[in-house]
Amino acid sequence: MSTKTPVKKYITANEAVAHAAKLARVEVVAAYPITPQTSIVEKLASFIANGEMDADFLKVESEHSALTACMGVRMAGVRAFTSTSSQGLEYMHEMLAYVSGGRYPLVLVNVCRSVALPWSIWGDQQDAIQQRDTGWIQIFTETGQEALDMVLQAYRIAEDHRILLPVMICMDSFIQSHTEELVEIPDQESVDLFLPAYDPVVTLDVDNPYSISVGGFGKHYARWRKEQQEAAEKAREVIVEVGDEFARIFGRHYGGLIEPYRCEGAEAVILTMGAFTGTAREVVDEMRADGKAVGLIKVRAFRPFPVPQLRQALSQVKAAAVLDRDCSWGYEGALATDLKAALYGLPNPPAVLNFIGGLGGADVPPEQMKYMLDKALGAERGAPSSLEFIGL
Amino acid sequence: MKLKEVSKEELFRCSYGCAGCAAVLAVRLTLKVLGRKSVCIVPANCISTVSCYYPQAPFFVPMTVMAFAATAAALSGISAGFKRRGREDIHVVGFAGDGGTADIGIQALSGAIDCGNKFIYICYDNEAYMNTGIQRSSLTPYGATTTTTPSPCFENRPKKDMMRIVAAHDIPYAATACTSYPLDFMQKVEKASKVNGPTYIHVLVPCPTGWGFAPDLTIELGRMAVEAGMWKLTEFEHGEFHTTYTPKRKRAVAEYFEMQTRFRHLSPEEIEAIQREIDVGQVS
Amino acid sequence: MKESIPGPVSKAGTVPTKMGSWSTVKPVLKGKCTFCLFCWIFCPEGAIIQDEANRKVLFNYEDCKGCGICVRECPTKAIEMAEPKSGRGE
Repeated sequence: MSTKTPVKKYITANEAVAHAAKLARVEVVAAYPITPQTSIVEKLASFIANGEMDADFLKVESEHSALTACMGVRMAGVRAFTSTSSQGLEYMHEMLAYVSGGRYPLVLVNVCRSVALPWSIWGDQQDAIQQRDTGWIQIFTETGQEALDMVLQAYRIAEDHRILLPVMICMDSFIQSHTEELVEIPDQESVDLFLPAYDPVVTLDVDNPYSISVGGFGKHYARWRKEQQEAAEKAREVIVEVGDEFARIFGRHYGGLIEPYRCEGAEAVILTMGAFTGTAREVVDEMRADGKAVGLIKVRAFRPFPVPQLRQALSQVKAAAVLDRDCSWGYEGALATDLKAALYGLPNPPAVLNFIGGLGGADVPPEQMKYMLDKALGAERGAPSSLEFIGL
Repeated sequence: MKLKEVSKEELFRCSYGCAGCAAVLAVRLTLKVLGRKSVCIVPANCISTVSCYYPQAPFFVPMTVMAFAATAAALSGISAGFKRRGREDIHVVGFAGDGGTADIGIQALSGAIDCGNKFIYICYDNEAYMNTGIQRSSLTPYGATTTTTPSPCFENRPKKDMMRIVAAHDIPYAATACTSYPLDFMQKVEKASKVNGPTYIHVLVPCPTGWGFAPDLTIELGRMAVEAGMWKLTEFEHGEFHTTYTPKRKRAVAEYFEMQTRFRHLSPEEIEAIQREIDVGQVS
Repeated sequence: MKESIPGPVSKAGTVPTKMGSWSTVKPVLKGKCTFCLFCWIFCPEGAIIQDEANRKVLFNYEDCKGCGICVRECPTKAIEMAEPKSGRGE
C-alpha cells in the first residue's frame, strides 16, 4: 500500500482517534480504562503490541497517574497521549490545572459521559463542561472523522509556541465512540507534512537546567496567569489557522470556531455542541423546506469561547435555542450562560432559550429540536431567558 | 566510598529550610552522588516549599514541583520519556515526604513500581506532615504527639512498614537510611542509581522544628534513633532483607524520647511498653 | 530550549536571597582542624568549604544559618559559635 494513499474504513470514532494518535507519532500512551473510552486505549495497546506504532504503553494505575505520567513525558520533551471520560476526567481534575498552568501541550480525548451521581455510563457533556475553568482548550466534535482530524490538529495547536496549552478533544458517548462510520484515515506522509516533530519548550534539560512548574507569590503569579490568558485568547486565531492548513492538505474543513448552517436570513437559530448537531442539521433542512426561517450554529470551540464569531452570527437573529447536554445546577446550561455573556452589549440582542436535554444518555429526537426551534420562532427579542428540561 | 572522595560540588543550596534541617541535608547528599545529570521531582512538602518560590531556585539541576499525590507517576512518565530519547543516563529522582509516600502518594507509588521504569524514589521521613505544621502521617511513630494527635492524645498506630510494602511489589532495590550515617545513605543512592528499574530509599530525617529539639542536635538524634532500635539501616535486594549497619552501642529508647518534646508526655510505663516491643524486634 | 520560556519557571541556581542573616553567631575555628570533613558532610547548607591547601575548613557565612551542627559534630571540638571577625571563620 502506498504511504500516500488514504484508507477508508468503517470504524468507530474511538478507533479513529487511536489512528490519529498513531499518525501523530505519539511516543508514550498512558491511559486507563473507563467506559465508553476504553476501546481507544485497547486499540492503541494493540497498535503498540503488534509493532504498528513505535511507542511505549505505560500501565498506570489510575487516571490521576495517567495524566501525571503524560505530563512527565512532555517534561522529557516527548509527545504523549491520553483519553478518558466522566469519573476518570474528574479524577484527573487536579492535574488538569497542573498541565495547563505549567504550559504543557498535552492532547486528551474525552468521550463525554455523565458524571455520578446519579450513576450513568451513558452520554452527556457534564464531565467536559465541568472542567471548562481548568485552562484547557476544549473542542467538541460531531463525527468520527472530525474527531480523528481534530486530534491531529490538536497537536499542532497545542505545540504552537504562541499557545503551549493543552487541548481536550471531546466526543459523545456511544453515538460517536461506538458507532461505525466511513472514516478516511490519512496517510503518514501527509500527516508528517502537517504535523512536524515536537519542538519542546518547557522541559527538564540537564544541559540548560531550570526549575519548572514552580510557585510564585502575588504579582509573579498574576503575571503568569495573564500570559496564560493571552495564550488562550490567541488560540482563537491559531485554531482557525490550523484548520485552514489542514483543509489545504487533507481537503476537509470544519468551519473554524463555530460552523453556522443556513443562518442567512434566519429568525431563530439552534445551537448545539457535539454529535447531536447531525440531527439539528436535518431538522433545519426540514423546517426550511416548510418555509420556516431557521438555522443552526455548531459550536466547536467551547474554550476559548468564540465570542466575536457568535456575536457576528447572531446579531440579526431574533432568538437562539440553546441545547445544553449539561447544567450548572442552581443556574443553567453552560453554553447558554456563556452565549448570553458573549452577546452582552449588542444593541438588540436575540432572546436566549435554554433547553436542557440529552442527559444520562437520553436522545434528543428531531421532534424535540423542532419544538425548540418553534419556541424560538415565537420568542421576542430581548425577552427574559428561559430554562426548560426537554424530553421528560 | 570515603568522605574525601565525595564530590565537593554543591547542587542544592540557599533554600528556605529550617536551620538544621536533615531533609535539606538528604537532598544535598543525594545530588553529590547523582551529579548534574539528574532531574528532581518534588511534590508538595517541605523541600518544595523551601525551594520553589520564584525567583529563588536552590536546585542547581533541573527540577519540577509536582502535585502531592503524584510523585511516583511523574517519575514514571519522565523516565519513560527519557528512555524514548535514549537518555537513561539521566537520573530521575523524586523527593517525597512521609505523607506524600505512605498516605496520599502510596497509590501512585504502587502503580509506578508496577510500571517498572527506571527511577529513584526517595522518601525523606520526618515522621509527620511538617510542611503544613506537624500533623500526623501514617509514618508518625507510636507515642508521638502532633497537632492532629495532640496531648492528651498521641499517635496510637505503628509506622506503616513501607519496606515490606515495596518489597511486596518485587522492587529490584530498596533501602532504609538516615542522614546521620551519610556514607551508608550515599552508597545506597549510588547503588539505586545503577539499577535499571524502580528503586526506593527511605531516609529518616530528624526535624528540629517538628520533633522539638535544638537544631544542632539533628545528627545526634538520628544516631540515637538507630542506636535505640527505632530505625534500622537495611537493604532489600534479590528478594531479601539484610542489615547494612549495626550500631556499636545500644540505647534505651527513653534516652531518645527525652531529647524530643513530642515524646515528653509519655509515662515511664508507656515508655517501658515501647521498649519491650523494640526488644522483641518490633519497631513502632 | 527557547530564550523566553512561558509559565512558572526559574533558571536553576538562581539564589538572590541568602540566609546568612538568620543568625548573628557563626561557627568559628578555634582549635586544631584535623580535616576529618565531618562538619563538611553534615552541614545541610553546604556552607563549609574544604581548604585543601591548608588542610582545614572555611565557612561561607553568607549561606550559614547558624544551626550549630558543625560545632556539635566536630570530633576535636575545634569549632565554636561566636560573632565572627572575618568572612570565612579564619
